[in-house]
Amino acid sequence: MSHEQCRYLLGSLSEYIDGTLEESLCHAIEQHLAGCDNCRVVIDTLRKTVSLYHDEAQRETASEEVHQRLLKRLNLDDFIS
Amino acid sequence: MNKTNQQSLSLDALRAGDRAEYARLVENYYQFVYRLALKMLGNPQDAEDILQDTFIKVFRHLDTFDGRSNLSTWIYRIAVNEALMFLRKKQPELVSIDQPVETDEGEQDPVQIVDWCCLPENELMSSEAKAHLDQAMSSLPPGLRAVFILRDIQGLSTRETSEVLNISEMAVKTRLSRARLRLRELLTEYFGERLVERKSPS
Ligand SMILES: [Zn+2]
Repeated sequence: MSHEQCRYLLGSLSEYIDGTLEESLCHAIEQHLAGCDNCRVVIDTLRKTVSLYHDEAQRETASEEVHQRLLKRLNLDDFIS
Repeated sequence: MNKTNQQSLSLDALRAGDRAEYARLVENYYQFVYRLALKMLGNPQDAEDILQDTFIKVFRHLDTFDGRSNLSTWIYRIAVNEALMFLRKKQPELVSIDQPVETDEGEQDPVQIVDWCCLPENELMSSEAKAHLDQAMSSLPPGLRAVFILRDIQGLSTRETSEVLNISEMAVKTRLSRARLRLRELLTEYFGERLVERKSPS
């Protein structure tokens, strides 16, 4: 990752994986990726990082106990179903 | 988010102190607030405290909600502020949502270039891996962490995130980029080692 262009494009990778990057930069990245394995790895692992955090967090929900203690604290015990 | 549910909440009823409407508001938002707090603070007990404090504040200050932003945006803002205040008490020198995030440092060069995407799911999602994910998250400055959580974990848009945090959309994008790159770096250190272990079983 010592290439000037890798450094230059780095700040755009996040928007690139979101598909919100402006077209000219997108094009520049895709051209660069064709010849740069390092940046391809960075992009793939960047995507994977985001999806891992997302997927892992979806499994974490407030338990029914947490829910009920919340309603109690708010004096809404009568709405505990 | 939950736009249909949200619209069906009556602000008038809430302001009039309608308890059934309070309960519906809680039902609509408690999971979101809990997960946000859990990811900001990294532990369930603190997350539960923030969850309760957030709704207490929401009900206490409903009369100051002017209806110009979404109710959800307003609730999330209160939740984020509660979480940041909590962190500030614990580590005062680290926490301000307004502080410029490494103004002159810019992006860090990636050092870790290992393609660990091919690791099997059971290793990527193991409890040991999860502990590393949590640890990496807690090493982010809270201002970056909040953006990452709202955008990538909770799925808010750039605009919604900017409204919740009261920062520009450009700032959201910049912080998100830094947060993602740093987390990638930290995960690559960890998963890169797992990859080496797999290739050369001892
Ligand atoms: Zn490159």
